Amino acid sequence: MTRKTTGRIAVNVLLSFVALLWAVPVYWMLNSAFQPERDLLSVPPNVVPVHVTVDNFVTVLTDPTYWSALRVSLTAAVITVVATTSCALLAAWALSRYRFFGRRTLIVLVLLIQMVPAEALFISQYRMLDSWNLLNSVLGLSLLYVGGVLPFVIWMMRGYVDGVPTELEDAATVDGCSKFQAFVRITLPLLAPGLVATSIFGFLHAWNEYTLALIILSRDSAVTLPLWLQGFLQGLRGADWGGVMAGSTLIALPVMFLFIFVQNRMTSGLVSGAVKG
Amino acid sequence: MARTPRKSATLSRQTTPYLLMLPAAALVLVALGWPMLRQFIMSFQEFGLAQQFGQPPTWVFLDNYATIVKDPYFWAVLAKSLGFCAWTAGWTMILAVLFALLMRAASPVVRTAMNVVLIIVWAMPLMASLTLWQWLVDPNFGLVNHALVSMGLEQFAGFSWLANSFWTFYLIASAVIVWASMPLATISIYAALTQVDEAQIEAAQLDGAGYLQRLRHVIMPTIAPVISLIGVLQVIWDLRVFTHIYVLQGAGGISTETNLLGTYVYQVGIAEGDYGMASALATIILLITLVITGKYIHMLFTRGEVN
Repeated sequence: MTRKTTGRIAVNVLLSFVALLWAVPVYWMLNSAFQPERDLLSVPPNVVPVHVTVDNFVTVLTDPTYWSALRVSLTAAVITVVATTSCALLAAWALSRYRFFGRRTLIVLVLLIQMVPAEALFISQYRMLDSWNLLNSVLGLSLLYVGGVLPFVIWMMRGYVDGVPTELEDAATVDGCSKFQAFVRITLPLLAPGLVATSIFGFLHAWNEYTLALIILSRDSAVTLPLWLQGFLQGLRGADWGGVMAGSTLIALPVMFLFIFVQNRMTSGLVSGAVKG
Repeated sequence: MARTPRKSATLSRQTTPYLLMLPAAALVLVALGWPMLRQFIMSFQEFGLAQQFGQPPTWVFLDNYATIVKDPYFWAVLAKSLGFCAWTAGWTMILAVLFALLMRAASPVVRTAMNVVLIIVWAMPLMASLTLWQWLVDPNFGLVNHALVSMGLEQFAGFSWLANSFWTFYLIASAVIVWASMPLATISIYAALTQVDEAQIEAAQLDGAGYLQRLRHVIMPTIAPVISLIGVLQVIWDLRVFTHIYVLQGAGGISTETNLLGTYVYQVGIAEGDYGMASALATIILLITLVITGKYIHMLFTRGEVN
């Protein structure tokens, strides 16, 4: 019994230490964002801010380049969300409710496409957008985002549509609805949580993406937030780490907020699929 | 008599799913399929700066591939990439299994705390975490060097992790990736652990099986599918890593020494404008990925995962 208790205490101490270690970088970002420059360059560093200040956030929020980057990022994200969610809904409905020739092949393709490294395609994606005069355009960038994230979103969405029993739709068609009306009136409202989750997923993909944005948006005039942050960091004469940390915090906050809604869904599908097999 | 309307009904029943799939299929084909095909064709062509200014590309068939395979620099980059991938994915998986087992054994309070930390780290956007890590490893004012010096390791005062050598550069890049990959891996494996049959564990305990034996015979078989899935994903992600390396190179790493496959393609294609060569390189990366994942995909098929 006592051996069991010591074991339990050891496990808790060890895991607490791991949790702290993993939290330190994020804590350090916040800690640095709220300190004036001279405090950041002090030795030893302050574990908690001595003089709390919001000057770093003011620096970022009064910077016009931040706002233009925010606009570009939001535009790309909205286009991505609307296009992926609507296309994925139609595709998932087909995969879930119909049995047709080539269905299995399509499902396997959806899986396979996710295995294609994006880094192995950007050369020809760049050339393609170049030939359509879509370089340096949010539309061109969003097109690549939509294509890149659609397979996974279809995969997610199919799980949600499968989760709504067909009996409900069937009952509605018996009552005189067409198949389409039954889907819109009965199934679509039940899919609301799934639509939210897939939308958030599409949003995060566009919000965080760096590689394609770097290649497609070469002009400084219109960049996404990750590129802006990179430029902000490299443009430093004497390191303005406080400003950069405030910028990182501002980019991370909406993501953390949205993440609360989807995190439990992110793994459940993955695990149930793998364990059941 | 009634055949015609029924025939049209079956016909529409057959075409409906294809029509529903059409928008998604078209977008994926335009954004991924067409570039993939173009790139494959381009990898057999001489496609450099002259071709960008309108000269028709010439077919050189396997010349690009031959040039790459004969280039010792390519082999160096490939070896570094495979090593980096094995090291990073390996540590990710070992730690994730360990942390998940710890979470299973810990008290609810500590487990929840760990869960919250993992979700916060998971939510960190890639660029924000890369920026943050550059600040952590800053030679003069970074937390890492402060911590090491205060432990009595004076040689780390002002030590530049990114510029010192490619070993220390990769160590930092790898640390960022392991730190950021841990949430997905740990939470997935922990979720799989909750599905382990408690009755089986108790039965094993009654039979006098120790913790390690229970781990090997009861717990591991249940979570093996999840571990292999996450493992394959990590390998794919770590093999093609681009952003971490590119950004950290900008922060002080010497690119010729620290290039991995992803940044090498970028350098040849985007920076030097040799599309034919870059396409051949990208095709090679694709092939390596397929070789590594082929086994897993085969397993999916044989297990009948896809119904």
